[in-house]
Amino acid sequence: MSASDGLSDHAPVLTAHRAGLVGCRGCGRVWPETTDVCGRCGAPLVPPDRRSLQAVWAWWLAGLIFYIPANLWPMLRTQSFLGLAGNTEATILGGVIDLMHYGNYGIAAIVFVASIVVPIGKFVVIAWLARVAGKPASVEAAHTRLRALEAVEFIGRWSMIDVFVVAILSALVQLGFVASIHPGPAAVSFALSVAFTMLSALSFDPRLIWRGLPLRTRRDRTAE
Amino acid sequence: MIEAGQYDMRTGAGLIACPRCDALHVEAELTEGETARCVRCGHVLARPREGAFTQIVALSFTSLVLMVAAVFFPFLEVSRMGIGNATSLFGVAMAFSEGWLMPLTVAVLAFIVGLPALRAVLLVYVLLPMRGQGRPARHAGEAFRLSELLRPWSMAEIFVIGTSVALVKVAGLATVSLGPAFWAFCALIIVGAASDVFTCAATIWDTLEDRGAFTDGREVVPDPETAAHDRQIVEGTPPAPDHAA
Repeated sequence: MSASDGLSDHAPVLTAHRAGLVGCRGCGRVWPETTDVCGRCGAPLVPPDRRSLQAVWAWWLAGLIFYIPANLWPMLRTQSFLGLAGNTEATILGGVIDLMHYGNYGIAAIVFVASIVVPIGKFVVIAWLARVAGKPASVEAAHTRLRALEAVEFIGRWSMIDVFVVAILSALVQLGFVASIHPGPAAVSFALSVAFTMLSALSFDPRLIWRGLPLRTRRDRTAE
Repeated sequence: MIEAGQYDMRTGAGLIACPRCDALHVEAELTEGETARCVRCGHVLARPREGAFTQIVALSFTSLVLMVAAVFFPFLEVSRMGIGNATSLFGVAMAFSEGWLMPLTVAVLAFIVGLPALRAVLLVYVLLPMRGQGRPARHAGEAFRLSELLRPWSMAEIFVIGTSVALVKVAGLATVSLGPAFWAFCALIIVGAASDVFTCAATIWDTLEDRGAFTDGREVVPDPETAAHDRQIVEGTPPAPDHAA
């Protein structure tokens, strides 16, 4: 039951697709290729072909578009002493720099990683996976790609930290004239960007990673 | 209806395809404590645990109780120069309720309260009737699928990390005290993680099917005698002679 030991690059692993069947991504049940909906869990049945990448790219682009204003617009507006001590607007990067000024290097690092490194890394990894999807891969390369996808799926949600921080700060710091914090418009575009990249990663079909085969479209299937 | 270990390459009955890489496996009934991994990508296909349904139901009830506490008790409190402000979890979500940030309020409420609570309710609905030998409730399949679809969107644990980042940011500005809701939320994370350990989607689907939630006759009927020999999941190839016997 151990994984992949003794399997060479061209080990004959029979997939549902090659057997003329279609496997359910929700529950694993196998159905004849013409079935549209899994009879067990009700998930739509899709053969592993590159058409599903269109959804990946669409969500990816939407996420990228919203990521730009998320960085340019202010995330937080801070008002202290009725503006006498200064009204400040902080962007994501500005917030990190502020934290470093106050000497909070650990938290600055967390925010920097969660809201700058992780989102950009996600865009790069999803784009790479979608570019190479369906192209021949050795077993090692396929394992690397699957690990990359799992990392993106796992880590993607954590970018929401920044939105929650903004929410908590603005709810909490309402101290009349002493200090008050209000959310900026970047919070919305950042939340949308994170949600869209999550959808992009979720619509990526990991079965494409393992297909080193000539690609089949629906037209090919119906022509048979 | 087919017996354990038999399969049909034309209809796909008795076969399981790995959701990660599409490799075909012959379906086998596992005993509790065993793990079935995909031969190609190593993805865990099934990992049944003893008493899992009871555990998940109990943990889901726990998380519902904790969620009620987290929503209604004070969450955080700050004070500076004699001016104080307290906020509840609702207050946090309402932070976005000015102007066109409004939709984010709904999203934040859903991420940290609505979806975790809904998932707990769905899991109780699916699993409570199936403890022991009970039959599944109506639409249990749809309910469980919804629960699985919502899994990435319930972000309670992320919210707790966000809280700690916010605490450090506020610490320089004002004195902060943690309310009971904060601790309830921390407990919620631990309960949620424990529940995830026990949840095995493949086992739940299989049980739903075996208990008659679906009636197309494709379910594998466990045969205790052959099941003992039949643990190994065979990929794509015809079963070895000993287990066809």
